[in-house]
Amino acid sequence: MSGNRVLSIDNLRVETKSGVLLDDVSIHVDRGEVLGIIGESGAGKSTLALSSIMLFKSGCRPTSGSIELCGQSLMELGTTELETIRRTRASYVAQSAAAAFNPFYRLEDQVTEIPAMAQKLTSAQRRRMAVELFEELQLPDPRSFGRRYPHQVSGGQLQRAMIAMALINQPDLIIFDEPTTALDVTTQIEVLRLIKKVASTHNCGALYISHDLAVVSQMADRVVVMRNGKMVEQGPTRQLVDNPQTEYAQRLVAHQGDGTYATANGSDETLLDVRNVDVGYGGVTAVKDASIRLGAGSVLALVGESGSGKTTLARSIAGLQPARTGQIHMRDSVLAPVVERRSFDQRRLIQYIHQLPDLALNPRQTVRDVIGRPLSFFYGLRGAAAEQRLLELMEAIELPATYLDRYPASLSGGQKQRVCIARSLAAKPDILICDEITSALDPLVEESIVKLLTRLIKDEGLSILFITHNLGLALRFSHKTAVMQAGRIVEHGDTRTVFEQPQSDYTRSLIRAVPQLREGWLDGFSADAA
Amino acid sequence: MTLFANSPVKSFVVARVASGLVSIFFISFLVFLGTSMLPGDAANALLGQNATPETVLALRTELGLDQPLPVRYFHWLGNALHGDFGTSLSNSQPVINLLVPRLINSLILAFSAAVIVLPLAVGVGLLAAINRGKAIDTATGSISAIFLSMPSFLIGYLLVFIFAVKLGLFPPLSMVRSSASLPTWISALTLPVLTLVLVAQAHVMKLTRAAVLGVMSSDYILMAETKGIPRNRIILKHALPNALSPIVSICMITMAYLIVDVVVIEAVFNYPGMGKLMVDAVAYRDIPMVLACGVLFSTIFISLNFAADFLAMLVNPRQRLPRKGN
Repeated sequence: MSGNRVLSIDNLRVETKSGVLLDDVSIHVDRGEVLGIIGESGAGKSTLALSSIMLFKSGCRPTSGSIELCGQSLMELGTTELETIRRTRASYVAQSAAAAFNPFYRLEDQVTEIPAMAQKLTSAQRRRMAVELFEELQLPDPRSFGRRYPHQVSGGQLQRAMIAMALINQPDLIIFDEPTTALDVTTQIEVLRLIKKVASTHNCGALYISHDLAVVSQMADRVVVMRNGKMVEQGPTRQLVDNPQTEYAQRLVAHQGDGTYATANGSDETLLDVRNVDVGYGGVTAVKDASIRLGAGSVLALVGESGSGKTTLARSIAGLQPARTGQIHMRDSVLAPVVERRSFDQRRLIQYIHQLPDLALNPRQTVRDVIGRPLSFFYGLRGAAAEQRLLELMEAIELPATYLDRYPASLSGGQKQRVCIARSLAAKPDILICDEITSALDPLVEESIVKLLTRLIKDEGLSILFITHNLGLALRFSHKTAVMQAGRIVEHGDTRTVFEQPQSDYTRSLIRAVPQLREGWLDGFSADAA
Repeated sequence: MTLFANSPVKSFVVARVASGLVSIFFISFLVFLGTSMLPGDAANALLGQNATPETVLALRTELGLDQPLPVRYFHWLGNALHGDFGTSLSNSQPVINLLVPRLINSLILAFSAAVIVLPLAVGVGLLAAINRGKAIDTATGSISAIFLSMPSFLIGYLLVFIFAVKLGLFPPLSMVRSSASLPTWISALTLPVLTLVLVAQAHVMKLTRAAVLGVMSSDYILMAETKGIPRNRIILKHALPNALSPIVSICMITMAYLIVDVVVIEAVFNYPGMGKLMVDAVAYRDIPMVLACGVLFSTIFISLNFAADFLAMLVNPRQRLPRKGN
């Protein structure tokens, strides 16, 4: 083994009582190298990453194989020795910085905790170390930044503070576990560029875990594709992107391409016309003077970053958060701001699907109860007639009829979202409001859900208001796109036009920030921005 | 409050003190209403065998019992606000003079118990959390459950039986005068304090353990583990501070319990505290005394509840500090 090898995991197998989490996995990382690990949720990415510092969830344990960090075998070490290794050799950067910082302590106390435990430096020296790192990570006001508590800084800043925390012990290996997944695209790009810079200047090895192939392709020198605890494929990044060998990797790469789903153009007949709507709660106005149009049989994508007011606008259309001013027209009628004052039929015609099916499904109701409720509520269907309709709906969402008697807990994330779609379809609506319905799903599952929606538009004559922060998805799936920023619609038009000739600076910056597979995209970013 | 200027703490304190005062007034009215509905009245009770319709009527007039309830209430309230809780019917002394020494006795008992039980139970709870699933966790859990399930008077009598009757180490009754010497006090207090400690420890211990373990599943605990922080330090420095809010709350509520709910213990040990005073007052229909005790108990309870929420807020930076600024 070369002296530059930082991490070397060979034939690792990790088991729980009920199954195998990792099976015959071998990876290695050299100094100055970034190894990308990509795969769906449950593929074993995080288990693999944490096993490099011998940290396993309770009930999991390695049953065979070897783990070597900086030439030292970790398998035989005791707890105290492992803790020393973790303090001195490796660092971990977690997905959600907001949850990974202890709310009780100031940032600098957490960032400098390991040097403080070592007791080799004075507190002034430790503070200086932290300030230098805050400067390097371009945090605002680095001298006083560390005096703040986690809840007092933004998500992007917290993520950078966590990278500072990871660097403070000058580790040989840094584990980045989906470090930008919780961030908006424009924030993500800043953090990605910092990580890339840090990884090269600090001369350590890095593991970079993500479910986003485009991000990994920009960050990693080599990539490992994981699925169901096994390594599917590994190789240099360019080779894997340009010439994937396995079918699974080919699908992952193809998903990043720009095939479109949207088929026929929606008709020009306006189904939903939202005019100059203001929505707010308390003293806050979350949506200002927003106007959008949804054509019959078409998909309108509503895109923007978190906090831009997308969901609030959608909730005002559904009557859940009444608009203060402005009007909402559906065909020839004007909708009352509050759902209680809308007619039975008006309520039936607009159905809402939420981001997290886990929260939208009652865990104690079977699929039959969930889908059957709107059938009896809107149509009074019982017995055989209801059963007939239930079977039709299960067919429409491509789930076997035997699933009717299952509980949500026994369904996968994608299947749960299908059940939510079926519940909405049961009302035979004209308009589906889909609020980030695929953002909690893995890319290939997302693709299957979007294909399902595409078919439903044709078969059921649906129109869809599709809220997403995923611009690539909006481009592929929608006919029209509206872009929201800070509560205002800054752009609204044909999707192709919006993406090819964006009119507002904000839309341009959003589109530019979407990670691409293209080689050197991230490195070229700063040059473009200038 | 300059320390907390512009922070959410100030408005919290103002709002809670105001609502606490309203509660105390409301409770005082309820207690007043309740005592007025007691069967029989003070005049009858006072006169006992000597009660004739004439004497009862005369005494009722003298005591003001012939006036309508709201009038009597506001009359009483006006005096109470000036510190005058009336004259004890059974003792003919000002209520306040009888009450204060008894209150002090109760506080001595309660604080002695609190000083022992709170650190002990929090410590044992932590120990159980650190050794989750091990023998010490099971053992402390079972022992605390045994004392939790036993009625407090039974624990009291058991202790008396063992330590006073069989071993003769402590007096079976705890009747002390305030002029008694310190060793006498300690000797008299040992058994009632021990009883209270055994009764009160379970909730504090179990809640401490549950709160710490609940925090242990947080992302920031995993983060601390990846940093290589030893487990004991993780529990003490990363988990415990975030579990403080519920622990502080249960400690304050336990304090309130110790002061207010000692009625039974004081009766068992014949200890001259407020609980026993109130029980006797009810028996003798000593309405002014019952009223004063009721209002005092509820004031203590409300104050400690407020203290619980206030301290819980102070130990939580997210509630103590605004989102923006330093």
